[in-house]
Amino acid sequence: MDIITLAEVTGSISIVGYGLAAIGPGLGLGIVVGKTLESMARQPEMASKLQTVMFIGLALIEVLGLLGFVAIFIA
Amino acid sequence: MVEAVGSGALTLAASKPELPGIDDFMPPEILFQGTPFAMNRIIFVRFIAMVVILLLLGVTAARAKLIPSRWQGAVEWLLDFVRDSIVYEVMGELRGRRYVPMITTIFLTVMCFNLCGIIPGLNIAATATITMPLVFALWTLIQYLVTGVRAQGLGKYLKQELFPAGVPWPIYILLTPIQLLEMLIIKPASLTIRLFANMIAGHLLVAISLAFAQFYIIEASNKLLALAGVGWFALGFALTAFEIFVAALQAYVFAILSTVYINQSYPEVD
Repeated sequence: MDIITLAEVTGSISIVGYGLAAIGPGLGLGIVVGKTLESMARQPEMASKLQTVMFIGLALIEVLGLLGFVAIFIA
Repeated sequence: MVEAVGSGALTLAASKPELPGIDDFMPPEILFQGTPFAMNRIIFVRFIAMVVILLLLGVTAARAKLIPSRWQGAVEWLLDFVRDSIVYEVMGELRGRRYVPMITTIFLTVMCFNLCGIIPGLNIAATATITMPLVFALWTLIQYLVTGVRAQGLGKYLKQELFPAGVPWPIYILLTPIQLLEMLIIKPASLTIRLFANMIAGHLLVAISLAFAQFYIIEASNKLLALAGVGWFALGFALTAFEIFVAALQAYVFAILSTVYINQSYPEVD
């Protein structure tokens, strides 16, 4: 070990990449759920319809995060 | 004292817990080796789940009475949920009636297959390899292509999908390839990836938590670490409960997205 090496880490950098890739979908999910809650509070009679649309949106965003997850195994 | 702790940490680092990996999803074949029907553990789990679904629903249907028992009421509630909250909610009753059996099949099968992941003894979701979700996604793909052609005719359907109205024509150079890609690849691929990646991630999380719990409570030499093991066990328990939720949620999402994709094949203006 060199004198200037303070810490040594081993492992795959793609894990870090996945962590970064998860930020985007995380923000997206937060916005979707937050906005749905807001709309539900304003229009409680629309709640079931909003929920359906919210789940569709969640699924579409979720797949972005999972793409990164799959990429770990491919790389 | 410091040295003792240090050496304890060293022996810990030397003997690692048996962590699960991607090999869990490629188990060795156990039945009919060497034939095209070779079965491994996951396929065997699928067969068990299939038999359980068929038996449960078949017996319930054979014994159906006018005044439902509690179990029959639960099954009927589930079927009503798929019909009313998924299919009719998205497509409406007129269009939706034709697709109720398909979506019900997808929902119930995906949910039971997902739940295999948390049943002791099976311990792996039958949808956790790419093949099973792929079959369902291809079913959806064929179904929405056929629906589009039948509802509008081939030319009109392709025009609606590939050349959406209300766009200036130079945009089509960019838009049409994207739409084609989305229609044929992205929709089924996203259905597949969402389901199997969720199941793999869930299995790995639960298995890692329980592997650490086993390692710290039973195998670690430093008995203080058993406390950490208890923490890991609690986490594994919580994640197992979370997996039940995810199993139902993914079945719901798969079913509702299939319905939405089929519904998009109908002409947009009612």
